[in-house]
Amino acid sequence: MSFVLSEDQQMLRDTAMAFARDEMPVTHLRELRDGGANGVDAEMRGKLAELGFFGVLVPEEHDGVGLGMVAMGQIMEAQGRTIAATPLLQTAVIGASVLILGGSEAQKAEWLPKIASGEVTVAVAVDEGTHHAPLNVATEAERNGQGYTLNGAKRFVADGHHADIFIVAARTFGEAGQAHGISLFLVPNDADGLSVQALNTVDSHGAAHLTLEDVAVSEDHVVGAVDAGWEVLEPALDRGRIALAAEALGSAQAAFDMTLEYMQTRKQFGQLIGSFQSLQHRAAKMFTELELTRSCVAAALSGVDENRNDVAELASLAKARASDLIHLVSNETVQFHGGIGMTDAHDSGLYMKRARVQEALLGGASYHRDRYAKLNGF
Amino acid sequence: MAFDAPEDLDEFRTSVRDWLEENCPPSMRTPLKDDEIVWGGTREKFKNPESKLWLERMGEQGWTAPEWPAKYGGGGLNKAQARILQQELRKIRARPALFSFGLWMFGPALLEFGNEEQKKRYIPDIVKGKTRWCQGYSEPGAGSDLAGLQTKCEDKGDHWLINGQKVWTSYADQADWIFCLVRTDKTVKHEGISFLVFDMETEGVEARPIKLISGSSPFCETFFTDVKVPKDQLVGELNAGWTIAKRLLQFERSSISAGGFGGTGGSGILPPQEYAKQHVGVDESGRVADGDLRARITEHLMYSKAFGLTVQRSTEEAKAGQEVGHTASIMKYAAAKMNQDKCELLVEALGTDGLGWDGDGFADDAKKATRGWLRSKGNSIEGGTSEINLNVVAKRVLGLREHQ
Ligand SMILES: Cc1cc2nc3c(=O)[nH]c(=O)nc-3n(C[C@H](O)[C@H](O)[C@H](O)COP(=O)(O)OP(=O)(O)OC[C@H]3O[C@@H](n4cnc5c(N)ncnc54)[C@H](O)[C@@H]3O)c2cc1C
Repeated sequence: MSFVLSEDQQMLRDTAMAFARDEMPVTHLRELRDGGANGVDAEMRGKLAELGFFGVLVPEEHDGVGLGMVAMGQIMEAQGRTIAATPLLQTAVIGASVLILGGSEAQKAEWLPKIASGEVTVAVAVDEGTHHAPLNVATEAERNGQGYTLNGAKRFVADGHHADIFIVAARTFGEAGQAHGISLFLVPNDADGLSVQALNTVDSHGAAHLTLEDVAVSEDHVVGAVDAGWEVLEPALDRGRIALAAEALGSAQAAFDMTLEYMQTRKQFGQLIGSFQSLQHRAAKMFTELELTRSCVAAALSGVDENRNDVAELASLAKARASDLIHLVSNETVQFHGGIGMTDAHDSGLYMKRARVQEALLGGASYHRDRYAKLNGF
Repeated sequence: MAFDAPEDLDEFRTSVRDWLEENCPPSMRTPLKDDEIVWGGTREKFKNPESKLWLERMGEQGWTAPEWPAKYGGGGLNKAQARILQQELRKIRARPALFSFGLWMFGPALLEFGNEEQKKRYIPDIVKGKTRWCQGYSEPGAGSDLAGLQTKCEDKGDHWLINGQKVWTSYADQADWIFCLVRTDKTVKHEGISFLVFDMETEGVEARPIKLISGSSPFCETFFTDVKVPKDQLVGELNAGWTIAKRLLQFERSSISAGGFGGTGGSGILPPQEYAKQHVGVDESGRVADGDLRARITEHLMYSKAFGLTVQRSTEEAKAGQEVGHTASIMKYAAAKMNQDKCELLVEALGTDGLGWDGDGFADDAKKATRGWLRSKGNSIEGGTSEINLNVVAKRVLGLREHQ
């Protein structure tokens, strides 16, 4: 396991941090929100593409840069610092991973270059209930001549409101709860029978509910083996979870830094509030949690690149701890700021709103603790 | 048996392996039993004779202190070699040859602050486990506020004269020597402290054991009445002992968080999830039947994993030349929390089997877990309380200030 960045990774980190600070600061999210953009920004997507961020996981033969998860994690952490809305998690991490891990040569050749160039965005549509439960896929895919007919509904698909292509998990066999029988289908956003209901979400990033009514897809739109989509989906989701943990770590760090600065400037009773021990101890505990989570995220990122066999465990560790961390830090950020923390004009509320979405997506702390325990045999 | 460390690391590894194969007695490759821990010193009884042999052989090599200079009896190994030695020891599950405050705290401080004569005099015996040291820091009125200590030390021309009392002195009744903080100037607080060492056999030294809630009595009240200490046993400059004291505390804290904790459970104790499976039962899919307990055990396991990864990360960052003071300072606090949570969970998972004290009717491992749980309460007190550690993090790492 490697915890120290290579020169390439460090360079990418610096670029990503500078980009987030200069081009996607929190004020930018505010502008998008107030302008009703619902987290969608075509111009920014172009800039991210120019920097090569969409192709970080895509191998060079498919026009990507193939730098791996550690590198991707640096970008996600940077975007987390400013709680920026980008399609990177769904497109560059999960979508790209599904295709890299399960796509046919033709699918890879068709889609990966488009992902890497930022030409298409992808959203992976799995969950059907209000809590992450990827095994509980009930959407039906019925064999129909040379293709399949999809019927079902997907809830709260992140980036679903502006994705060009969906990767839809549907059932070709068995019933909700089983891994075997899940298959993955590429569905363009203009497919007949697909309706996309855009959602205004608390974090201003947006999402969508999908309804599939007799959506016809051809055989060559199946990614991975029929009935065995889980073998592709699970590792791809794990990469997403790790990347999202990196993002949440970035948000927690930024919210913590902001809080620390306030502690060193705000005076009450003639004293800096940072000199009150009850706050100092809570800050020191948050710092401890931050450092411990940073180690977990770093281990999980490098675990993917090293092809370790405990990636699932590391992913759940990173996501659970990051979820708990961002929950704690975002609450304390509001509390430490007092009344000003409750105002819309202050950033602390924005961090708390994004925190709840970061927690819920791809499984919260409870989901991942349960998974971690199972993976450890109890 | 003399060991000439080869330059080449592969060769070094091979020769370490050969040496261990030949010199590590069979029973020293089994899990350490609590009553076979070797603390060395003149009072050591060596319940298992092979542990004596093991200490002698390791001490001869200087491998109880692998990175200390060879001229003081240390191993003289560089970092890479020391790591290989650790790996090879771990591979054969070798017991630590020696537990020692001398190795963990006093030795490292003396190497930094002692004069040549003192290093030559004290270090070799620490390495070989011939002298056992205790730590005379805390006093009845000076615990967290250690610099408020009052034990009086007067310059009597040809010797120092000491009067006062220490408390919580771990193993003072078993120790040969003490490293001790004394007041040499009453008019200033931090700048009036000196660092002194002396023989516990000196006239006027008395150690009275205090019993702990876990039933054992590892520490003492220690009284000094007109104790005469030779002049050359002052370490560092007069009135400049506080710097040494603080540095030594750093060594203490990092040795505590690196796993030197009492109450970790010891050998034979299963991890909490195993006790939970046995005593609470499992549902049809093999999960611990009590979902809340299962979740809390998992949370603890994740915390431990995060802790372990953080230790690994700071080691790597240090190797890469990065600043690691950040992580080092949170580790004592985190280690105490981790160990205490584990001990609580063990007792809870054991159910009423975890509520025994002694005698029949309770399994040995269960009784050990119970005693360990009680002992673990000291983790957030010894070596500086968790509150004091959080103060240090807030002030030194986060840059938060004192009240003005
Ligand atoms: C198992 C064990 C082994 C030990 N071994 C040794 C030894 O070998 N040698 C030795 O010299 N000492 C030893 N000690 C003593 C130990 O270092 C002290 O107990 C410790 O520093 C606390 O001091 P105190 O007991 O006087 O508590 P106090 O300082 O009186 O503290 C009481 C409570 O007040 C809190 N508190 C105090 N000041 C502050 C503050 N500024 N901010 C917030 N909270 C504060 C503390 O955290 C604690 O909760 C040992 C202790 C234990 C438990």
